[in-house]
Amino acid sequence: MKFLLIEDNQELAGAVVSRLQLDGHVVSHANGIAEANSYSQAEDFDLILLDIMLPDGDGRDFLQQHRASEKHTPVIVLTARSEVSDRVTLLDLGADDYITKPFDHAELQARCRAVMRRKSGAAQTVIRLRDLQFDPVSGQLVVNGITTALRNRELRLLELLINEPGKIFSKQKLFDRLFSYDDDVSENAIEVYIARLRKHLEKSCVSITTLRGLGYKLDDDQCD
Amino acid sequence: MTDTSVTNISGSLRRRLAITLIVGICIFAVLLFFIIRLYAAQIAQQSQDSILSASVTSMLDAAKVRDGQVAMDIPYSSFSMLATPQDDRIFYAIYQDDQLLSGYESLTLPETYNNTGTVFRSIDFMDTPVRQVIASRTLSGLTTPAALIVTVAQTQDNLSVTLRDIAKNAAMIVLGFFLLAVVFSAWASSTTIAPLNRLTQSVTRRGPKDLRPVTRPVPAEMAPLVSSLNHLMQRLDDSLNQSEQFITEAAHRVRTPIATVRSHAEITLQRVDKEENRQALKAMIRATDETSRAAGQLLDHAMISLRASQLNSEPIDLSELIQELVRSLTPVADLKDIEIRLDAAPDVRIHGDSILVQNAVRNLIDNALKYSPTESTINIQVRANPKPSIVINDQGDGFFHDEKDKLTDRFSRGRNSTGTIGSGLGLTIANDVAKAHSGSLRITNNHNGGACVTLSF
Amino acid sequence: MRNLIILVFILLHQPGIAADQKLELLEEKQLFSGSENTKTTLRMLSSTDTDVFAPTIDIFLKDNPSLSIEYLVASSTDIDTLFRQSPGNYDVVISSAMDLQLKLVNDGFAYSIPNIQHPDWAQWRRSLFGFTLEPAGIIFNKEYFENIEIPQSRQQMIRVLREHPELFHGKLATYDVRLSGLGYLFATQDARDSETYWRLMEVFGNLDTRLYCCSGEMIDDLASGKVVIAYNVLTSYAKARLDVFDSIDWILPNDYTNVMMRTAMVSADSKKIKAATAFMRYLTTQAMQTTASDKTPLPPLQSESSDFQNSVIPLDPGLMIFLDQLKRRTFINAWENAVIQ
Repeated sequence: MKFLLIEDNQELAGAVVSRLQLDGHVVSHANGIAEANSYSQAEDFDLILLDIMLPDGDGRDFLQQHRASEKHTPVIVLTARSEVSDRVTLLDLGADDYITKPFDHAELQARCRAVMRRKSGAAQTVIRLRDLQFDPVSGQLVVNGITTALRNRELRLLELLINEPGKIFSKQKLFDRLFSYDDDVSENAIEVYIARLRKHLEKSCVSITTLRGLGYKLDDDQCD
Repeated sequence: MTDTSVTNISGSLRRRLAITLIVGICIFAVLLFFIIRLYAAQIAQQSQDSILSASVTSMLDAAKVRDGQVAMDIPYSSFSMLATPQDDRIFYAIYQDDQLLSGYESLTLPETYNNTGTVFRSIDFMDTPVRQVIASRTLSGLTTPAALIVTVAQTQDNLSVTLRDIAKNAAMIVLGFFLLAVVFSAWASSTTIAPLNRLTQSVTRRGPKDLRPVTRPVPAEMAPLVSSLNHLMQRLDDSLNQSEQFITEAAHRVRTPIATVRSHAEITLQRVDKEENRQALKAMIRATDETSRAAGQLLDHAMISLRASQLNSEPIDLSELIQELVRSLTPVADLKDIEIRLDAAPDVRIHGDSILVQNAVRNLIDNALKYSPTESTINIQVRANPKPSIVINDQGDGFFHDEKDKLTDRFSRGRNSTGTIGSGLGLTIANDVAKAHSGSLRITNNHNGGACVTLSF
Repeated sequence: MRNLIILVFILLHQPGIAADQKLELLEEKQLFSGSENTKTTLRMLSSTDTDVFAPTIDIFLKDNPSLSIEYLVASSTDIDTLFRQSPGNYDVVISSAMDLQLKLVNDGFAYSIPNIQHPDWAQWRRSLFGFTLEPAGIIFNKEYFENIEIPQSRQQMIRVLREHPELFHGKLATYDVRLSGLGYLFATQDARDSETYWRLMEVFGNLDTRLYCCSGEMIDDLASGKVVIAYNVLTSYAKARLDVFDSIDWILPNDYTNVMMRTAMVSADSKKIKAATAFMRYLTTQAMQTTASDKTPLPPLQSESSDFQNSVIPLDPGLMIFLDQLKRRTFINAWENAVIQ
């Protein structure tokens, strides 16, 4: 997906960009409103992440202009302000959602997904792999014409594996993606979700292989 | 929304003005009454005197000297003219020099009377107060000239009845005047106070955020007050703005660096494989989360305290508010595969500050999410009866009994709970909001173990 | 009724009261009792004959059986003398001499009765109450006027007397105003009303009028034919004299008629104020009821035509004028000059 991040704090922006890229997204970074305007006029983004306090103006002004120019790109506001006073005006001005700094990356992704799902006009990003159709936004998995709605953690696990079939993901890497840091669970909890995914993929050509001591990988050669 | 119970009231301007006017009028009315009575008494006495005088004169005129003797054919009218509705008694005496010719012997002349002129006096005769007139005439035709002195006295029954009637009428008039004056003074005092009331109303009607100066014209006497009020409101406005700005600024300053730290930590975690380092990074992320959460709640709490002191009262649709909150929190719940079930009765309305209510409920749901196990359900109910309330049930471990007591304890300490973080302050915020809306927060455990938090208004 | 009344005639010279010389002035004395055991006795001094006033007392005692009344009769001038001498001896004073009664009240001898309802013109100071209306008329022997026009006014009478001096010489009667209080009252009122009085008195004097102290004798002589015309006699006395009713008749002069009120008062020194007041209330109530005339010969205030009320001698201080010594001397002089020749 293509993101536009509007954030003046270089440190934070760098971290967010790296993190999004790590997930395979394309990110453009603007330092202020003027830069953001030129970006958004030049190309279309799937989602805009907008900071409120910017050096050359208020993020809300950009939001207003953006809505006035009839662009439907969903906007998630990154706010460091007190939720108490800002929330209402943000939603009134046309933000689709907001997230308070500092944020859990998983939560940001979840919100992005929720916003994308709500925006009916947004293009569906269906991933096809052999006889498998998977929509990471809606969380729908179609195997042999049978549609299954994946639960959130199953979805996120599959999304990770399906993006790079054949790549070996360590247990801990998967764990980091699925669980928040204050969940006091062991890495073995991953096995439960792997088992569930395997059950969903039973009838397809795609399967998850366990590599003892290394981790897991997605294989698409079952029917071969 | 103003709380008059804390206002230190000392008297009432309106009452003071009215009482001053009424007391003044009262004194004036009593004075008027006595003046009327005194004047009436004088006039009544004068009219009695003039009739007595006429009576005496007619008697003196009737005297003749016949055969060296005084003869007197007193006209009938001399006495009948003295007839009064109260049948006053009359007494008379006729003297030739010092010698009584006729009449009441005991009706004596004043010692100072020098046989000339007409004299009036009030005396007691036969144990009754009477008005006496004495007049005389020089008789010629006798061997030596002599003075004929006639005195007539009349009781004052009619006079006192007349005076009583006049006093009664005067009292009625004065009472009427007094009542009119009381009505007038009530009107006058309320008219005088009216601009003050209008000012009060215009200030009271304002929303809590409306701190504009009062610009409507006011009487000169109130100008200093309004001017001071405007100054005060300006200062209050400045101070509020500064406070809000400070809180906003503080949040921004604290959160952005934390966000940077956290993001970097997260990224680093992706790249580090060594278990020791991973644990350290995780601990770091948890610490930033704790810090940001605590900072956020402290700032929220400060903002709420600021708002609660001047509560914004607007109609709130609770169902709608909760629906939106749930929508906003669903992505977070999804992360743990927690399902939020909302059972909202339609059109549950209260009056209050929507931002405060939203924050309170958000804190409660946050708590529920935090303590709920993976793939569980949180049930939220919005009820209209018996009181508008929100009930949040989770499937976590619930509250420990001793902890529950402590939480209750903490509520009573209110803002003193700065030493605690996390859920404690979240509940404190919810409790403060409930109190500000004259509602309550109740914490119980479900029989199957989960916590049940009820926020009612 | 009669069985409740015990008539007691007492000789005037009884040892108990002989000490008071003035009591000789009493003409009659009678005791009326409401029942056999009475506690309170009201002493009543009156100028009205006992038999005339008895029915009034009877009715009162019937309603107040615990009372008895000692009824003492004297002439109106004697009443004044007796009462002024010892006002504490009498509870109620009734007299036909309005002037003397008024002066008694004026001099403070009367008790003022609170809350009593009586017309203003018939009372003075709520102390003196008129309870009869009695006109003074011209009474004549009917036989004498069979052929002569009956005069309807004083002028007509003067004319009739002058036309027939031979018929009326020595046959006229009127009060000796020097002796009769009532006679003096009527005479003074006549003189006040009109000069005709003096012309009439001169005519009476010329015809050698007889002078009487009392109405009773006048009516006796009128009935017997000793006199033909009696001037200024109360017609109520004539009405009461059933014995001579056939031989006499009267007219009320149509130029003006003097109407007298019999008046009653309670002594201020009375020791039985309550009973005396009760009697007064009864008397004033009776006087206002037309039905009372059936039971007593005294004409009540309401019984006669309203003309009487207009010509009634006013109860006001003017009455006292004629009691003044100087005035009386002047008047008597004038009267004697006219009547006694």
